Amino acid sequence: MLEFFHFTKSIPFMRYGKITTATSLATFLFSVFALAFYGLNLGVDFTGGTVMEVRYAQAAPLDTIREAIKATGYHEVAVQNFGSTQDVLIRLPLKEGVSSAQVSEQIMGVLKTSTPDVALSKVDFVGGQVGQELYENGGLALILVAAGIIIYLAFRFEWRFAVSAAIANLHDIVIILGLFAFFQWQFDLTVLAGVLAVLGYSVNESVVVFDRIRENIRTMRDETIPDIIDSAITTTMSRTIITHLATQTMVTSMLWFGGEALHNFALALTIGIMFGIYSSVLVAAPLLLLFGLKREHMLPKESEKIEGMNADGSVV
Amino acid sequence: MNRYPLWKYLMIAATLVIGLLYSIPNFFHPDYAVQLVPKTAQILLDPAAMQQFDTVLKAQGLAATASENDGKLSVLRFSDDTTQGKAYKALKEAVGENYVVSLNLAATTPSWLRAINASPMTLGLDLRGGVHFLMEVDMKAAVDKQLNRYDDEFRDLMRSKNIKYQGIERQGDTLLVKFPDAPSRDAADQIMREEYSTALQFTPVVASTNIQVSIAQTELLTIQKSALQQNITTLRRRINTLGVAEPVIQQQGMNRIVVQLPGVQDTAEAKRALGATSTLEFRLVDMENDPTVAKQSGKVPASSQLYQSRDGRDVLLKRKVMLTGEFIVNAMSGRDNQNGQPIVSITLNSAGAKRFSKVTGENVKKDMAVVLISNVSETQEIDGKTVLKTNQVEEVISVATIQEQLSKNFQISGLDSPQEAHELAMGLRDGALAAPVYIVEERTVGPSMGQENIEKGFNSNFWGFVAVVAFMLVYYRMFGVISSLALAVNGLFLFALLSIIGATLTLPGLAGIALTLGMAIDANVLINERIREELRAGAPPQQAIFAGYDRAWGTILDSNLTTLIAGIALFMLGSGPIKGFAVVLCLGILTSMFSAVTVSRAMVNLMYGSKSRLEKIAI
Repeated sequence: MLEFFHFTKSIPFMRYGKITTATSLATFLFSVFALAFYGLNLGVDFTGGTVMEVRYAQAAPLDTIREAIKATGYHEVAVQNFGSTQDVLIRLPLKEGVSSAQVSEQIMGVLKTSTPDVALSKVDFVGGQVGQELYENGGLALILVAAGIIIYLAFRFEWRFAVSAAIANLHDIVIILGLFAFFQWQFDLTVLAGVLAVLGYSVNESVVVFDRIRENIRTMRDETIPDIIDSAITTTMSRTIITHLATQTMVTSMLWFGGEALHNFALALTIGIMFGIYSSVLVAAPLLLLFGLKREHMLPKESEKIEGMNADGSVV
Repeated sequence: MNRYPLWKYLMIAATLVIGLLYSIPNFFHPDYAVQLVPKTAQILLDPAAMQQFDTVLKAQGLAATASENDGKLSVLRFSDDTTQGKAYKALKEAVGENYVVSLNLAATTPSWLRAINASPMTLGLDLRGGVHFLMEVDMKAAVDKQLNRYDDEFRDLMRSKNIKYQGIERQGDTLLVKFPDAPSRDAADQIMREEYSTALQFTPVVASTNIQVSIAQTELLTIQKSALQQNITTLRRRINTLGVAEPVIQQQGMNRIVVQLPGVQDTAEAKRALGATSTLEFRLVDMENDPTVAKQSGKVPASSQLYQSRDGRDVLLKRKVMLTGEFIVNAMSGRDNQNGQPIVSITLNSAGAKRFSKVTGENVKKDMAVVLISNVSETQEIDGKTVLKTNQVEEVISVATIQEQLSKNFQISGLDSPQEAHELAMGLRDGALAAPVYIVEERTVGPSMGQENIEKGFNSNFWGFVAVVAFMLVYYRMFGVISSLALAVNGLFLFALLSIIGATLTLPGLAGIALTLGMAIDANVLINERIREELRAGAPPQQAIFAGYDRAWGTILDSNLTTLIAGIALFMLGSGPIKGFAVVLCLGILTSMFSAVTVSRAMVNLMYGSKSRLEKIAI
């Protein structure tokens, strides 16, 4: 039997609670700082404006392109290669007094006069109003997902679990956003989808550990809560790593083969998966202790006892 | 212990067969095709027409590999996209007068699969190339128009009932009707309330003899709804003349329209066709006053307005609008039977016919003008807010004498040439937007980019899947084989389900499939780890399998449901491509729970369930 992780004894994770909490707090504060100081590099989806992707038959003359576009009156133009030297990304802000629909036509006309061998691969134009709405809906989705998960977990477990999981996962989200802000990676709609998927996905992780804690509370009658948590984390460790490895394999494949369009999406997922492991184990569980989880919280109340139930809560 | 009843195996087998049948169509590469649809009912798609297409193609040295014709639509298939492009050009030039010619991808689903309604997923614009527009309807303009109409109707009403009034004034979104004294006001108030009991609200203005009229909330909604509906209809008509196969024209929210034109490469032409927001108005010519005098003196009568016709003549038109273009159902150009002059025959809808017969009956032998109003719209940034600016260009395109009371069907004569008649007919038919629209979002993907995106999406999935399977086989051996098969089955189910619900596959959708597969393996890892744990604790293999599946189930359910919550929120709040991702995510969770738990269990049961003395399992 091939095994990467086989622990005969529980690892005393909870003893390192202070260190892990401090580490979390530091990364969290760093992210908040990055967000506040640099801000997210919002894509055209949220800011409004035009992004064009054009492909040249030969290496693209970036300076000529930049000058040609500036000559038409777009001063804040960003022209850059992406993927290859033949592919060019042109980013134009919304401009006062210019009809929205004609921007791409006008630019293509200008480019074609200087180099006829250019083809339009992609245009994204988003009006300011639509961008604003997408931004607001994105924020709303984030809140809705967090609220939905808290309610579900509170119902399935107990409020301490729900709040711990929510904090742990929002901590992941903040770190993803913080890294995107720090490195100024472009944040667009697909990345937002990735972030929300991470939110759902990394709660999985907490749920698996929580499930085991609940089970252990019923079966390990003589252990203390920290020991129970340590045991739960240790026994689910193998599964945690392997599952994330599998998911990360798919995501890496996306990073590798998915091209520009999926790159930042896959990047957001990668960060989410990495921190998801860490936070569900080393953030959520210490939080449970912090909130004062006790055995009684998880044991069925007297009135709920089913007839013929054994001491461990099973009915056989 | 680890046995399923026969019906359960049969049920799983049945779902597998269904899954396979409905996902197969996706693996047949579609043919490059050219699609022809007759422009009018008079033009037939008969064998002779098919013969004609063949001749056109032969002249260019081209030939279709197959052709279909169901009397309404003809599809000619070609071996590659270059031939398709050439054939499209040739056919458009030769028969474009009579047929709407468009490029398309024709599915190659075998007939036995089509018989059970199995068809491939539609590819999204990011995978096949094309253009996506989000258009916003200018609702303020729609309300303005309606207010002007009420303005006219009030004047008519007062006149017909002989009520004295001093004037009607526009105040924001309300009309202020002024009266000289209280009795006139009360009389008018009663009549107006009777006439417009639900549509309008009447509030007497304090300390005056005026009434303020505002549109009721329900009526406002009706106005907006009908403006949106009319615009959708008009846009659809315009797009049909563009020649786009499988266009999507959909309402989004209260004031927006999504237009998707797959395969369109010339976005400029599409934008011109969609953005041309012209409306029409029929108005009476003011025959009591001389337009030349009015122009020179600058004194235009209050009830009239000075216009310039296409040929540069000045015309004085009454302000009151007899009819607007939105009542027109159809317009055809032709020639007068008696004198051979070019004419345009117009058909109105019933509401339009009623109005028109009344006003024309009162104005026989008077001149009537057709005014074309084009809105050149553009968005501007003012103080960080996007504001729509519309410049109206009004043009008198024809002036003709009303010969008799007109009704549902009538003709416009006095046109200079058949060409003009043709253009007017087209303008009348397609130019009737109820309110201006403007593009607030555009996403264009070139055709080569689409093909690349398919490859990228496919490769991401394929290599990711191969790597995961390789790992599972090494790590879990026999149970790895079972888990991998379950994962493949999950992919199959997901594909089949997406095909059955007619989902559109996009690049984010493909990413969603990859992510779902990566996450789906979690359930099997949970089960396998549980089984290992039970074995380690000394349980016999059969017992371990049973307990492993049994105990992992609760965890699988909990963890999947939380992801499902995220998926549903994404679906509710996401737009376009994000919605596609969300659909895949949600469906993938459902299929993975079935395949990872039930299907893999069935495989395990089949393999080990019957062995009463199972000593060892390869996990």
